[in-house]
Amino acid sequence: MTDGDLILNCENVVMDYDGFKALNNCNFRVQYNELRVVIGPNGAGKTTLLDVICGKTTPTSGKILFGKGINLVGKNAEDITKLGVGRKFQAPSVYGNLSVWQNLDLSVKRPSKGVFPTLMGRSSPAERVRIEETLETIGLSTHAHDRAGALSHGQKQWLEIGMVILQEPSLLLVDEPVAGMSDKETEQTGRLLTSLSEKQAIVVIEHDMDFVRQIAKIVTVLAEGTVICEGTVDAVQADDHVREIYLGRAKVAH
Amino acid sequence: MPEQPVARPDSRETVSLYLVGVVLLVVLPLLNVLTPEDSWLHLSDFRLNQFGKFLCFAILALGLDLIWGYCGVLSMGQGVFFGFGAYCMGMYLALQIGTESVYGSELPDFMVWTQVKELPLFWYPFKSIVGGVLGAILVPVLFATLFGFLAFRSRIKGVYFAIITQALAFAAWLVFNRNETRLGGTNGLTDFKQALGFRLSDPSTQRGLYIITVLALGASYLFCRWIVASRAGKVLIAIRDSESRVTFSGYTPWMYKLFVFVVSAGLAGLAGMLYVPQVGIITPAQIGVLPSLEVVIWVAVGGRGTLIGAVLGAVAVNYGRSVLTNYFPEAWPFILGGLFVVVVTMFPDGLLGMIRKVTARKDTPAPVSNADGRTAA
Amino acid sequence: MIRLAHVPTYVRALALVTCLPIGLTLPSALAADDVAPGPAPVVAPATPIEHALRDITSEDAAVRSAAAALLIEKGDASLLPKLDEIRAEADRATRQALKPVIDLLKNHANLTSAQSDTRRSAAADLVGTGRPEAIAWLEQAAAKESVWWVKYTMEESAQLLQLRADAHTVRMGAVTKLGELRSQNGLSALKELADAGAQSGATDEQRALADAAQASITQIDAWSWWAGALETLFRGISLSSILLMMSLGLAIVFGLMGVINMAHGELMMVGAYATFVTQQAFVGWVSPELFDWYFPVALPVAFLAAAAFGWVLEATVIRFLYGRLLETLLATWGVSLILMQAARVYFGDLTAVIAPQALRGGAQVMVGVYLPYNRIFIILLSIVCVLGIYFLLFRSNLGIRVRSVTQNRNMSACLGIPTRKVDSYTFAFASGLAGVAGWALTMVGNVDPGLGQNYIVDAFMVVVTGGVGKLAGTIWASLGIGGLNKLIEPVSGAVYGKVFILVGVILFLQWRPQGLFAAKGRNADA
Repeated sequence: MTDGDLILNCENVVMDYDGFKALNNCNFRVQYNELRVVIGPNGAGKTTLLDVICGKTTPTSGKILFGKGINLVGKNAEDITKLGVGRKFQAPSVYGNLSVWQNLDLSVKRPSKGVFPTLMGRSSPAERVRIEETLETIGLSTHAHDRAGALSHGQKQWLEIGMVILQEPSLLLVDEPVAGMSDKETEQTGRLLTSLSEKQAIVVIEHDMDFVRQIAKIVTVLAEGTVICEGTVDAVQADDHVREIYLGRAKVAH
Repeated sequence: MPEQPVARPDSRETVSLYLVGVVLLVVLPLLNVLTPEDSWLHLSDFRLNQFGKFLCFAILALGLDLIWGYCGVLSMGQGVFFGFGAYCMGMYLALQIGTESVYGSELPDFMVWTQVKELPLFWYPFKSIVGGVLGAILVPVLFATLFGFLAFRSRIKGVYFAIITQALAFAAWLVFNRNETRLGGTNGLTDFKQALGFRLSDPSTQRGLYIITVLALGASYLFCRWIVASRAGKVLIAIRDSESRVTFSGYTPWMYKLFVFVVSAGLAGLAGMLYVPQVGIITPAQIGVLPSLEVVIWVAVGGRGTLIGAVLGAVAVNYGRSVLTNYFPEAWPFILGGLFVVVVTMFPDGLLGMIRKVTARKDTPAPVSNADGRTAA
Repeated sequence: MIRLAHVPTYVRALALVTCLPIGLTLPSALAADDVAPGPAPVVAPATPIEHALRDITSEDAAVRSAAAALLIEKGDASLLPKLDEIRAEADRATRQALKPVIDLLKNHANLTSAQSDTRRSAAADLVGTGRPEAIAWLEQAAAKESVWWVKYTMEESAQLLQLRADAHTVRMGAVTKLGELRSQNGLSALKELADAGAQSGATDEQRALADAAQASITQIDAWSWWAGALETLFRGISLSSILLMMSLGLAIVFGLMGVINMAHGELMMVGAYATFVTQQAFVGWVSPELFDWYFPVALPVAFLAAAAFGWVLEATVIRFLYGRLLETLLATWGVSLILMQAARVYFGDLTAVIAPQALRGGAQVMVGVYLPYNRIFIILLSIVCVLGIYFLLFRSNLGIRVRSVTQNRNMSACLGIPTRKVDSYTFAFASGLAGVAGWALTMVGNVDPGLGQNYIVDAFMVVVTGGVGKLAGTIWASLGIGGLNKLIEPVSGAVYGKVFILVGVILFLQWRPQGLFAAKGRNADA
């Protein structure tokens, strides 16, 4: 593959927390319209990887090139968001005191999100249609005017996914989307992510191996802050190194 | 899962709001003018004037509610902006005294006895009412812009911001107390005689000021409601609920905080501007740490996050205070302190929350917001 | 901070000191009148002293002054009662003649007093008499003196008296010597000499003296700059240590428990009033010789009183508010209003504590640098507190529990740590610490209901600047803010000092929003 196909190219990223290297010379590449799953044992640096990409934390060193070679390192979170990186957090993070509709309305991609345009702004018919479509997609049409804080855990997860979709990111970062979901909800989420990946690149962190099998084409294994292996689910599971570090250890633990 | 509708003023509340507006604007002044003094319906000049003062406080409370109730940013320095507004107006009024002063000098009395021979330069704009009114709004707005910019841009938030604004109130109080700031020191500005040719001691002037205050309060309320109802208002609530999500939706939270902080400062300045001619005095005691915190308790008592609650709280607490300090002067600090504790721990939704709970149809009981989310061991 | 309250303490102390002698002398004077009715029989004087004692009441001014001179030269302290007696009945002229005699004899006697303070003030007072006889006494006393500061004062006084001598060489010697001594007290006399030499009609001798005086003045000024700098440093450290003791408790409950305790200042006030009450109990029930013991006894009393208040506060208010910082701030502010008003109603506005003997006065560590014992005491106490907290938090079992609850409450509960108990003990301990701070503060100011308010804003500035829950940050920030305060104060006045500090803190937070020692890691902003 050539660099031209890459939407994300992390080069030698280091994140040093007072001597503890959460990311250690991490090299991580994602292509356009790819659905990538990142797995790895606890403390491998998965969430930190997403954090440094979306600007939540600034890496100690290294380069993160996005799209046509824009270095994201040193940019603040809202600028990175505007460039087209969307982030869904592990714990559902929605606005509990606003209605579902308002939650989505705030997230819609707009030319300016400054104070005065927002103060004067009214939703255009096109935007309303998009919000309604998204409500369909995430299955919350009947809850449009409920307080988001009153939704169930799984519904909140979907609402947040819906919010991120409306931002129309070209790269979507999703942290453990199915944690706490029922089997049925998990499967629906899987289908949703797969359909989304037709239009945008998605990076998903996940522990649930059944779910990983359902959605993933290529899996990246992270351990101790570095990528140790990349490939299909079967290839990765067959890899000795991975077994030793991750699956093997898990088996011993059980 | 029972449906919990998003809190918004229902039609009954809107109707009662218009009713209150009519009572304040028309009925009360008419009771003052038309009824004979011995009638039980009569509203004395003193009461009307006192009510005007409470409504000024209500404007101040609206501003704080906007930033604290909606955006979750606690400013403990609102008294400072109120003071800026009040002092700007006070300077205009002090210059209007002219040679009616005790020493018969064109300069305000305090300048005569602190041996100031010439009017300090920064007093000149306040020779005209335009300077007084513009200054009362612009000085707090500009100061809040500078202070808020420094504070919010560096992501000082939560208690840090509260503490910093409290230090601001403390510092401002110290500075206004000094004689060399040429603002009357501890005694402040007082003994005003007239404004635009109207005698301030005249009941009709006070009535006029009262009506202006009611109109200003109405305008402030509608302005705040417009902000709250707009998408930006939703961003404010979103910031309170989850600031990081707001950031990752592409908004810049600190800009919104700055905006709402500046608006609240402007409202506080407006309140101070209207307060001075009605009360007739402004001293540093009005702008210190405690007066700034009292605003917080008005809003908390009334019900934060509801604009009507702020107005209700400001009037209720101040009315209670004026009644109680008459009978038990030493008890007020106990009551004020007790209000803080009780409202914060037991009635986080304030008076309005209780009223809504009582008047609401029998749906879900409002949860007591005891969000500790952990079990006692 | 504006403390209007300093004056009354001083006045009270003075009143107490002056009342005692008056109470004692009045009755004895009355008794003397009763014993000796009518004039004493006239007996021929036997010695020159007795002669002079009679002559001093003469109507002839020359006779009086001769008698006075003789008394000064030959007399000693044993004459003092007799002289006092004469003065009590004498006319104005005699009293005037007697005054220098009494002063000189008294101070002369005091030069050999057992109390070093008495010796020193006698030496200083002798300058005021302006009598050359005193020079020899001072030099003799200085030769025998062992306390350097007393010896220094004796030498200085002797030189100051020499300055009034007639002989040019003696005066020159004195001018040079005063410069070498870095005498602060000589400064005004030296300036007079320098001015006199600069006048057009000055003699050569005057000019030479003026030059020498100028040189000495330069020497003294240079010295006093350093002395001033040292004292400023000391005052800064002293204020820092007060802030530190206050902020330590604040930082513990803020950092470890996530509670902003606005009533912390009032818990300090509780400690101060506990000290006051202990003192009153000693006044009422314990014999006066043991009075000074009230202060050590008050330490546990203050700690326990404040800790008890804190425990109740935690149990009734704060436990409902964990995790809601702003709410704890508001509720505790309400508590602070109530406590302040309660103190005002119960104790009134002004009460003060009398410092025990050991903490009065101070140490003259070098010329121009005087360190009051009460301030030194507070500095030492704050160091003890820091060490105590360090060991408690980082070297004890209790500390491990507290820190584990801080880091993961649910996990700690699972491990069998009684988290509710840890909460209430930690809060009570931090409150007790405030009580100890209040106990110490009674030594430097009044006990009044506003005691806590005076420091609370600064203390919060310290916590914010230092970074939440960082012991080291709290220490450095209180040193910085206290020091800066005292550094700016002489230049801009206390009020603008505060304003500068606020601006400084805001600018500092631009650079380090999390404070000096920010918590790092993945959950840093959680």
